[in-house]
Amino acid sequence: MGAQVITIASGKGGVGKTTAVANLAVALAADGARVACIDGDIGLRNLDVVMGLENRIVYDVVDVIEGRCRLRQAMIRDKRLPELYLIPAAQTRDKSAVTPSDMIRLCNELRAEVDWVIIDSPAGIERGFKNSIAAADRVIILTNPEVSAVRDADRVIGILEAEEKGTPTLIINRLNPVMVKQHDMLSADDVLDLLAIKLIGIVPEDEGVIVGSNRGNPVALDPKSRAGQAFRNIAKRLKGETVPFMDLEAGTSLWSRLMGRK
Amino acid sequence: MFNFFKPKKSAASAKERLQLVLIHDRTDLTPAELDALKDDLLDVISKHVDIQPDEVRIGLERDGRSQRLVADIPLRSISRRRGG
Repeated sequence: MGAQVITIASGKGGVGKTTAVANLAVALAADGARVACIDGDIGLRNLDVVMGLENRIVYDVVDVIEGRCRLRQAMIRDKRLPELYLIPAAQTRDKSAVTPSDMIRLCNELRAEVDWVIIDSPAGIERGFKNSIAAADRVIILTNPEVSAVRDADRVIGILEAEEKGTPTLIINRLNPVMVKQHDMLSADDVLDLLAIKLIGIVPEDEGVIVGSNRGNPVALDPKSRAGQAFRNIAKRLKGETVPFMDLEAGTSLWSRLMGRK
Repeated sequence: MFNFFKPKKSAASAKERLQLVLIHDRTDLTPAELDALKDDLLDVISKHVDIQPDEVRIGLERDGRSQRLVADIPLRSISRRRGG
């Protein structure tokens, strides 16, 4: 049995795809799985810095595709987890350096090496996105509870359905429970009602995520982080475990803080 | 409504606006095109039956990830036709 290939897409940029890929990869690998993540954003490489691996890059995904190195040489080993690898994007090339069939070939080779392949799709619905979904066994749509992100997510879901890629599952990222409570942010139920696909996770807004990227340490490694917990839960759901959704209301009221709950 | 002077909370506006936008995005049908379709439909139907044009409601509705065109076209009753 080979690896499962998962692509994270959103349509809109800046919703947290790269952070989600880094965290899911870290969470799966911390649980003992062999994981390779691929930065699909050729020319705008970022997964390397979010994972803190930018100084280790020698070869990138285009080098593998164009035969300048072997697959293993472009798989950068993570500094914390023994079976976590990053295949970085090429920084000085553009999307046309890769085709969908290149990605299918690359992922087929990777399937024998690891248990999970997680692809970070670039924003947009053009070539880079098409490359990123070409090899996917399943696609996860990431959105924020915000009008432009939800609208773009819906477009991407429509494209995936039209291309018979199946119905993707959904991560709602950066949900702010206080704003939802004040009816000034779409709730998870609102977003689900609008997009009408199955939910796989809700990640609360968490300043720790930015601190984590500043240091190149994904929050899924921090046992105290709530966003990290949400990503660890999603990783478990990917493996088929049933994990209840977190109570995002907890910790938002003064009372619960006084009671020492977090 | 007792909240008469308060504007609607922004989450409700967001949801309402998205519901409309998504329907049009998914069907690739602009409100103007929908109006034209409505006019054509009414022309055809009135060739066969007497309808009440002012009370016709034609719109797109969401049903999960699929859309449907829903038309509510009240017919003029024969008795009223005779009376009027």
